[in-house]
Amino acid sequence: MTNTKIKFENVEFTYIPPSGRPVRALERLSLDVAENEFVSIVGPSGCGKSTLLYLLGGFLPLEHGEITVDGRKVSKPGPDRGIVFQHFALFPWKTVRQNVLYGLERKKMDAAQRDELAQKYIDLVKLTGFEDSWPAQLSGGMKQRVAIARTLVTDPDVLLMDEPFGALDAQTRGILQEELLAIWGLTRKTVLFVTHDVHEAVLLSDRVIVMSARPGRIKSTVNIDLPRPRNSEVTRSQNFASYCDEIWGLVREEALVASGIKT
Amino acid sequence: MKKLAIRYLPIALIILFWEFASRAGLVSQDVLPAFSAVMVRLWELSAGGEMLVHVSASLLRISSGLGLGIIVGSALGFLLAASITAQRLIQPTLTFLYPLPKSALIPVIIIWLGFGNSAQIMVIFLGSLLPIVLGAYNGAKGVENTLVWSARSLGANAIETEYQVIIRAALPDLLAGIRVALALSFVLLISSEMVGAQQGMGFLVAFLGDGGDYAGMFAGAFVISAIGFAADRAYLALYHHLLRYREA
Ligand SMILES: Nc1ncnc2c1ncn2[C@@H]1O[C@H](COP(=O)(O)OP(=O)(O)OP(=O)(O)O)[C@@H](O)[C@H]1O
Ligand SMILES: [Mg+2]
Repeated sequence: MTNTKIKFENVEFTYIPPSGRPVRALERLSLDVAENEFVSIVGPSGCGKSTLLYLLGGFLPLEHGEITVDGRKVSKPGPDRGIVFQHFALFPWKTVRQNVLYGLERKKMDAAQRDELAQKYIDLVKLTGFEDSWPAQLSGGMKQRVAIARTLVTDPDVLLMDEPFGALDAQTRGILQEELLAIWGLTRKTVLFVTHDVHEAVLLSDRVIVMSARPGRIKSTVNIDLPRPRNSEVTRSQNFASYCDEIWGLVREEALVASGIKT
Repeated sequence: MKKLAIRYLPIALIILFWEFASRAGLVSQDVLPAFSAVMVRLWELSAGGEMLVHVSASLLRISSGLGLGIIVGSALGFLLAASITAQRLIQPTLTFLYPLPKSALIPVIIIWLGFGNSAQIMVIFLGSLLPIVLGAYNGAKGVENTLVWSARSLGANAIETEYQVIIRAALPDLLAGIRVALALSFVLLISSEMVGAQQGMGFLVAFLGDGGDYAGMFAGAFVISAIGFAADRAYLALYHHLLRYREA
C-alpha cells in the first residue's frame, strides 16, 4: 500500500468579497492523494478547482476541515509545495536565470552551486541560450517552461499546477505535455493538476477527479490504467478513447448543472 | 534628420514670427520684447552670475521638496496598501487633502514657516505627496496575487515578499506618480517663490517683471522652461532604463 501524501478532510471554503454576496466555493470535500501519484482535477468552470489548489498551497485561510501534507497541517505557503499558474506569474523584472534562481536564494549553498543547479533546470526545460532574456521577450510556451523550471529547481515534494497549459496553443500544449511526462518520470513528484482538457488529464494522470458544479464536491474518480512510461502514442489506444468518453460524460452533466440547464 | 527638422520646424517658425511681430511693431516692445532682445538679456544675466544664484536656489528647493515627497510618499503608499489599520488611520486625511489646490496653501505656509527655504520646500513636499502616495498605493494594490503566491511558495517570507515582489512590481505605477509630482513641483516652486522668497527663479521673474525689465523676465521664463524640459527628459530616460524589462 502506498503512503498518503496529501489529505483533504471535509474541506469547505467560502469567499467573502468586501462587497456583494459570499460565494461558497467548496463544500465538504475529502480527497486522498498518494505519494508520487499524478492526480488531475476536472470540472465545470467556477466549481472551485483553483480554490482547492490555493488552499493546499496555503494561500487562502482554511476555516473548515483540514488539509495535511505528510500528516502535517497546511497553514501557510512553503517550498515543499511548488505551484505553476496558468498565466505563468514570472517576475517580469528578472531574467530567465534570475527567475529560476529566486527560490534558491534562501537555500544554503554557494553561488556556483546555485548557478549550476539553475542551469541544469533551464537546460531541462530546453531554454538553453535564453538565460538572459526577459520574460517579455519569450513566447507563452517558453514562459511556462521558465515557470516550471523555477518551481522544480527548489525540488518541492508536491507540485500544484493550475491549468498550466491552458493559455497555450494546441501544438505547444502537446509538446509540453510530453515533456512534463518525461520530467515527472525523472523526478517523481506528487502532482495535483487542474485542467479543462479531458484528453490532457487522461494522458498525464494516474487518477482523474471530476468535481461537481459549485459548490464544488467530488463527483467521481476515474483510475487511469494505462501503461507507463507514456507518450502521445498512448492516445491512439481504444482504452484512452473510452476513458476520455467516460470523463467527458461526467463533466458535461456538471457543466449543464452549472449553466442552469439541468438541476 | 528630416524627422528632426519637421519636429522643430514649428518652434523655429514661432520664434521667427515672434521676432518679426516685435520688430515690425505689431505688438509693443514693452509687452513682447523681441526674441533677440530676450537672448541678449539671457546672456547678460547668465554671464553676470546672477542667474546661477537663482537657479541653484530653486534647484535646491525642488530637489529637497520632491526628494522628501518621494521618500515619505512611497512609504505612505506602500504602508496604506499593506495594512488595513494604516488605511483607516491615514486615508481620511488624504481624501480631504486630495481636492485641495496645493497653491492655496502657499500664503498659509509662508505665514507659518517664514521667508526661508522651508516654506517653498514644504509647499513642494505637500504638493508632490499625493500623486506619489497614489502611485505607490495603486501599484502595490495592483500586484497580482499569483506573483505574491509564487514568491511565498518559493520560500520567501512575508517581509521578503513585500520588498522583493510587491514594491518591485509596483515600480511602474510609482514612477508614473513621481513624474506627475515632478511637473507639479515646478509649478509650485515658481509660484511659491513669486510671493515668499528673495531668491530663486520665481522671485527673479516676478522681480524683473515688476521692475519693467520684460526682456529679462522672458529670459527667466525661458530658463525655467528649459530646466523643466531637461528635468522631464532626464526623468523619462531614467524611467525607461529602470523599466527596460518591459520593452522587449
Ligand atoms: N476572490 C474571489 N472572490 C469571490 N469569489 C471568488 C473569488 N475567487 C473565486 N471566486 C468564486 O469561487 C468559485 C470557485 O472559483 P475557482 O476559481 O476556484 O473556480 P475554478 O474551478 O478554478 O474555475 P475555472 O475553471 O474557471 O478556473 C467561483 O464561482 C468564483 O466565482
Ligand atoms: Mg481556475
